[in-house]
Amino acid sequence: MKKSTMADPFAQVRKEKGFATVSDQDDPVTMMLRLKDVRKCAHNAKTFSSEDIPGRIVVPSEVNIRTTRQIPFEVDPPKHKGFRGLLDPWFKRPLENEYKQKLHSIVDKLVTENLAGNSVEVINEFSLVLQSRALTLLLNTPFEDSIQWISWGTHVFRSEGDALDGDKAQVLYDYLDEKLDQALANPTDDLFSVLLGAEVDGKKMSKEEAKGVLILTFAGGRDTVINAVSNSIAYLADHPESLKRLRDEPEIRGKAIEEFIRYFSPLTHMGRVVKEDTQVCEHAAKADSRISLCWASANRDETVFENPNEIVLDRKMNPHVGFGFSHHNCLGATHARQILSTLIDVLCDKVGSIDLLETEDNIEEWDDFHRKVGYEKLVVKFNPK
Amino acid sequence: MAKITFITTDDENITLEADSGSVMALAVENGVQGIDGDCGGVCSCATCHVHVKPEHMSKTGDASEIEQDMLELDDNVNEFSRLCCQIEITEDLDGLELTVAG
Ligand code: HEM
Ligand code: FES
Repeated sequence: MKKSTMADPFAQVRKEKGFATVSDQDDPVTMMLRLKDVRKCAHNAKTFSSEDIPGRIVVPSEVNIRTTRQIPFEVDPPKHKGFRGLLDPWFKRPLENEYKQKLHSIVDKLVTENLAGNSVEVINEFSLVLQSRALTLLLNTPFEDSIQWISWGTHVFRSEGDALDGDKAQVLYDYLDEKLDQALANPTDDLFSVLLGAEVDGKKMSKEEAKGVLILTFAGGRDTVINAVSNSIAYLADHPESLKRLRDEPEIRGKAIEEFIRYFSPLTHMGRVVKEDTQVCEHAAKADSRISLCWASANRDETVFENPNEIVLDRKMNPHVGFGFSHHNCLGATHARQILSTLIDVLCDKVGSIDLLETEDNIEEWDDFHRKVGYEKLVVKFNPK
Repeated sequence: MAKITFITTDDENITLEADSGSVMALAVENGVQGIDGDCGGVCSCATCHVHVKPEHMSKTGDASEIEQDMLELDDNVNEFSRLCCQIEITEDLDGLELTVAG
């Protein structure tokens, strides 16, 4: 098995049963493992709600470490639609030429700096740096703000044992409070000020609501982007023929990005709270229990994807749910896709090959399921073209 | 060459010409309101949903099973629904009329 391979721990249970109940603190979760079931449950927000006690739809549950509701993530339709209507245009800005050019120069500079000849630890020295610098574009804040975000490290919202740690999350909450107070005193044209000045369904957005949006842009877009970038680099290092193909056939790069998202599935699953007694996959689901939509398993569903465990760079039919599905599909997807597309362009342009020197896998554990989601440590050497 | 007309949700009529590529790509390149093509055409995002003019259904053919599964859960679905990234442009499409599902 190659070092960059990411196995599918759900295959057997998905085939035989379609769901699995795993423990999480005192609030077990029934994971939905098949693509069709995941989609149906995601679409049926009435029965499978995102709007419960703040933090409850996250697995592991965050109910003990936060009270701020994340927006639009923990709001059900129809209220959800008002927030998305406000946020969607802002989060589509990555399609604008000026944004693309700025992102290109961020990526180009970072790759060029790392071509000098020494080995690079990708997670901390490359992906975290890229994610943080790119986020300044999405939030429309000064580039220098990224210095502080980088200094928080990759584990800022997690503690060492991966269990959730309230003190660490507090770093972000304090930071956001301070930034929002500054924006109230001196409004600018960054996302902090835009949110504070916004109205949703005729009502002015409160500071608490603005904070709820921002937590998500910081936390939701952090590990996911870091894993997507790092896993892409590990894969291209391990598969020089793929780097060559992407260089020779630029027209398949868009498809390759969707395939990376499917195969890597940077977000494994997300929970919902069952609002009325029902059945999922012929299994009783009681009101007030939790299910989760397992994007990672759905994305390897062998009844939908041919050769699900292979990266097929130009996969034509790829109905993956790596960015979620239906109402709550990923608000940051345009930004994330633009990061990956710029990264591939720059790598094809500047890098001849990548040596994979050292890897230490980052494994998530959901009872008996052990899933590689990325790397704790990834050392490579970029060789100039 | 095929001429294809898009009717947007604000009732704007846009007629475009092309001889290859997907209908979604044509719409996105020309900024047709309501066709976003977020996933680039791999049938994963449903932001390219159109309603085919009923009498033109034979031009476009039917949706594949994977496409039908996507459409089934879309709010504006009807029997004339297609994801237009799955429609390849050929001469046969000449005169096609599509309404953006929005
Ligand atoms: C490759 C990177 C990313 C992946 C794989 C990813 C994945 C996902 C998934 C699967 C969902 C659905 C959650 C659900 O249904 O409960 C989601 C939602 C969301 N994501 Fe992402 N995400 C990524 C990057 C980002 C970035 C960069 C941001 C923002 C900076 C972001 C912000 C959000 C928000 C705000 C939502 C909630 C949307 C809503 O509830 O309407 N994500 N993401
Ligand atoms: S463009 Fe995404 S489904 Fe058609």
